[in-house]
Amino acid sequence: MDSWFGFQVIWDNMAHFLVGRYPSGPIGGLALTIWLAVVSCALSIVIGIFVGLLCVSNNRFITYPVLVVVNCIRGIPLLMVIFWMYFLLPAFMGMVVPESWTVIAALTIFTSAYMSQIVQAGIEGIPRGQTEAGLSTGLSRNRVMVFIVLPQAVRNMIPSFVNQLVSLIKDTSLAFIVGVAELTHVATQVNNRTMVYPAQIFLFIAIIYFILCFMLTSYSRYLEQKLAYRKAI
Amino acid sequence: MFQYQFDWSVVLTGQYAQWLVDGIRVTIQLSMASIALSFLMGLIIAVMRMSQVAPIRGVAHGYLEFIRNTPLLVQFFFWYFGSYQILPQAVNDWLNARDFEFAAAVIALTIYTSAFIAEDIRSGIRSIPKEQMEAARSSGFSYIRSMQYIILPQAVRLTIPPLISQFLNLTKNSSLAMTIGVAELTYQARQVESYTFRGFEAFTAATLVYLFMSLVITGLVTLYDRKVLSPTGMK
Repeated sequence: MDSWFGFQVIWDNMAHFLVGRYPSGPIGGLALTIWLAVVSCALSIVIGIFVGLLCVSNNRFITYPVLVVVNCIRGIPLLMVIFWMYFLLPAFMGMVVPESWTVIAALTIFTSAYMSQIVQAGIEGIPRGQTEAGLSTGLSRNRVMVFIVLPQAVRNMIPSFVNQLVSLIKDTSLAFIVGVAELTHVATQVNNRTMVYPAQIFLFIAIIYFILCFMLTSYSRYLEQKLAYRKAI
Repeated sequence: MFQYQFDWSVVLTGQYAQWLVDGIRVTIQLSMASIALSFLMGLIIAVMRMSQVAPIRGVAHGYLEFIRNTPLLVQFFFWYFGSYQILPQAVNDWLNARDFEFAAAVIALTIYTSAFIAEDIRSGIRSIPKEQMEAARSSGFSYIRSMQYIILPQAVRLTIPPLISQFLNLTKNSSLAMTIGVAELTYQARQVESYTFRGFEAFTAATLVYLFMSLVITGLVTLYDRKVLSPTGMK
């Protein structure tokens, strides 16, 4: 056990870190972390675009209530949103909700609020001339938004979406609090079992998170550069 | 929807209200300590990041990337569980004699937030056109004096809004300290919930407190943008 300053512990538990108790039990570890992040990201992009469109509506009776809700969600810690879902979802659904879906719901609601701001800024960043040209060719306001403004705006938003995915991967670690066996939770289990090498274990999973997030961050920077280049020509 | 009798007296009076008030106090203490330290550390990292010496710049850059791309919760656990392996024995003894959980939370929050603050400070300084520096130098100011009188006064004004929103994030992130047993607001709300089964009331109270802090601070930043930054034409 004493070899390699305790890194033997990590090697012994490698399968546990990567896939949890799969195939003899439910999937967990890094695989579950990625699953939670990807599902929440996909859902919150869809909801974020919808809410973002509501935010740029011309009708104040729509934009004001939506903005109030969005700012309230942005104003509370994610941990609070997770607790709320933990209590509210079973009450609303009238049945037991698996913890992983509690977390996905919380992450989706929380991230959608941030996504909607990205979408709003993206739409406002498209020159007014595009809307005016669309309207003057006889398209309705909704069609101008869906077929002319939104496709251009979404292309500009992709780097920000990737950044949100990075935040989501980091935020999935909070699933630990309701007992979902993702990477951080697995690490605490291994730590409780072995007791002697906490620094090595947590440094190791920090490095896993880092590799995953850094790749995505670099990709988003590359996309941003490409976008800036295209705008320049 | 569902049959639930609300009983607000639980969280508004007596022992449980006192718990929540204690929680607010600890949240504020934790945030204030971390804000002061992370600002100092962020300033140091930002200066290192802009250094002329490549290795210093490299170390700062590596630090920033690693901290920013790692979950805060993992950093909490690293400092909380791993400190006896990392920190010197004397420091650990000193911390254990006092409030070890609180110290670990301050360390984790400081290190995490300083990485974000350093980038905000750096982009604030970089957003000042370099002609300003050239003009200052050519009218006879030294490098230090140009920084002091020309660049920093402008940069600080631009950096205040992002800095304050980082401090707000820090305050919200301090809720993670409950995972290592710091009795801050979220921790106390959960305590009240498990003692009384009044989860809705306890979490509503805690949510409202967080919301109040956030909305007041966001409002002040918006006001600052409008009254101070816009008239100068900097934004």
